Amino acid sequence: MFSVMRIINLAHGSLAVLAAFALFVLADQFGISPFLGLLIVTPAMAVVGWLLQIFILERASRAGRLVPILATFGLSILIDNVLFQQFGANTRSLAPYIGDLAFDSWQITDDIAVGKLAVLTLAAAIAILGAIQLFLNFTQLGRAVRATADDADTAGLLGIDARKINALATAVGMATVTLAGAALGMRATFDAYSGGLQLLFAFEAAVIGGAGSVWGTLFGGIILALGQSVGATIAPQGFLIGGHVAFFLVLFARLTFPGSTLRSFVAGALRGAS
Amino acid sequence: MTALAVEHLDAHHGQLHAVRDVSFTVRSGGRLVLIGANGAGKTTLLRAIAGAHPASGGRVLLGDADVTALPANRRAALGVALVPEGRRLFADMTVEENLLLGRMTGRKGTWNVERVLETFPNLRPRFKARAGDLSGGEQQATAIGRALMGNPDVLLLDELSLGLSPLVVDRVYESLDALMHSGTTIVLVEQDLSRALAVADMVVCMLEGRVVLESPAADVSREQVTEAYFGLRRESGAMEAVS
Repeated sequence: MFSVMRIINLAHGSLAVLAAFALFVLADQFGISPFLGLLIVTPAMAVVGWLLQIFILERASRAGRLVPILATFGLSILIDNVLFQQFGANTRSLAPYIGDLAFDSWQITDDIAVGKLAVLTLAAAIAILGAIQLFLNFTQLGRAVRATADDADTAGLLGIDARKINALATAVGMATVTLAGAALGMRATFDAYSGGLQLLFAFEAAVIGGAGSVWGTLFGGIILALGQSVGATIAPQGFLIGGHVAFFLVLFARLTFPGSTLRSFVAGALRGAS
Repeated sequence: MTALAVEHLDAHHGQLHAVRDVSFTVRSGGRLVLIGANGAGKTTLLRAIAGAHPASGGRVLLGDADVTALPANRRAALGVALVPEGRRLFADMTVEENLLLGRMTGRKGTWNVERVLETFPNLRPRFKARAGDLSGGEQQATAIGRALMGNPDVLLLDELSLGLSPLVVDRVYESLDALMHSGTTIVLVEQDLSRALAVADMVVCMLEGRVVLESPAADVSREQVTEAYFGLRRESGAMEAVS
């Protein structure tokens, strides 16, 4: 949404948690596996995104840059409290509904095991980002999305309906948020107010990888996760601190070397070391 | 047959009344040149015709259709194409991608990528190049080609020569020569008076948002146009307007 519409969606984390709860309800009350549940929840969330754009965000955007941020902030509060009202303070998880996948692993060596769910999550992220990249680069609609993101005014002169493109971008964003919520629910626990922390992680990953970059976000997420993992091995509460340290190191580097990309920064560091 | 009619059109930039009660018609296949000093309202007028700038009064008709209330993307689908001032290419997209976007109007016609490359042969070796890396002339050719890909009935060209050397401008106009006589209705904003009078069959001169001269090009002299351009006739109290 930021890449296309320059809207910072503060409800991003809450929407992921909403999707996780939707999958939980389908699994817990109807016996539908979370994987099958994605076939229902993903398009439903895409429709929610479309409606959100048409009825709220588009109108908010006309009032200036701050109003959409406030609108999504209000939406996050609404979602969090509705979820709390409905489900209470108890934590939930989708792990009980995915069988052995929740804890199965591949034994690489006697001392190293890789979780199957973790690999599946990474593979899904790469596949989704790859699909998005292919869509943007090789389809007419994808080109229209890129054009609208670059210059909506000129895109309109070419016959591109920016309203529909923005709604499409939001719908795609909601679909990926659903998948993020599913991954969250399968690999960890969640409760009604988990959205805030997930939003923070999303922002940190985007800043580390470069806002607006498709693959940069994945790379940023990996860097963030590595920081969190290193922090967790150092101290029990080091999980969060480790991630924040990684974030601040990258932020400091960006402020110190403005205009540089991660690629140029690494290339420069390698040249200096050689 | 009238391809484009502008009736008592007004447009504002905030408090500034940029286009004041402008009216003219362009016959199908006609070539109307819009001239005027910087700030005369030419670009605002073209953008208002294309739907990129809201009109605060008056009407725009494409053929018989009143398109005044339609947004820019709908007008493009009805056959209006604007080549904006400054080209406004999508810099991170290639020439090919910029041209292909011209097809988003959904209009069928004879213009396609191959015909654009034949019209602007300098684009062929740069087909896969990033638009932001092109020279000024190549960018202008890409912008025109992108507009033509929509197979427009009315082509609006805003300051083709802006930022280009005279030699490059000559090449752009050479490429456009066939287009100028192809039957496409053209409205061209041009600062170069000689070039404007050479290509136009109608001349409209604007001053401070108003039309101060409207005449077939064959019926007006360079001196008359120059006087209208600088408002000299207006100051003397005699307005040379041909309806």
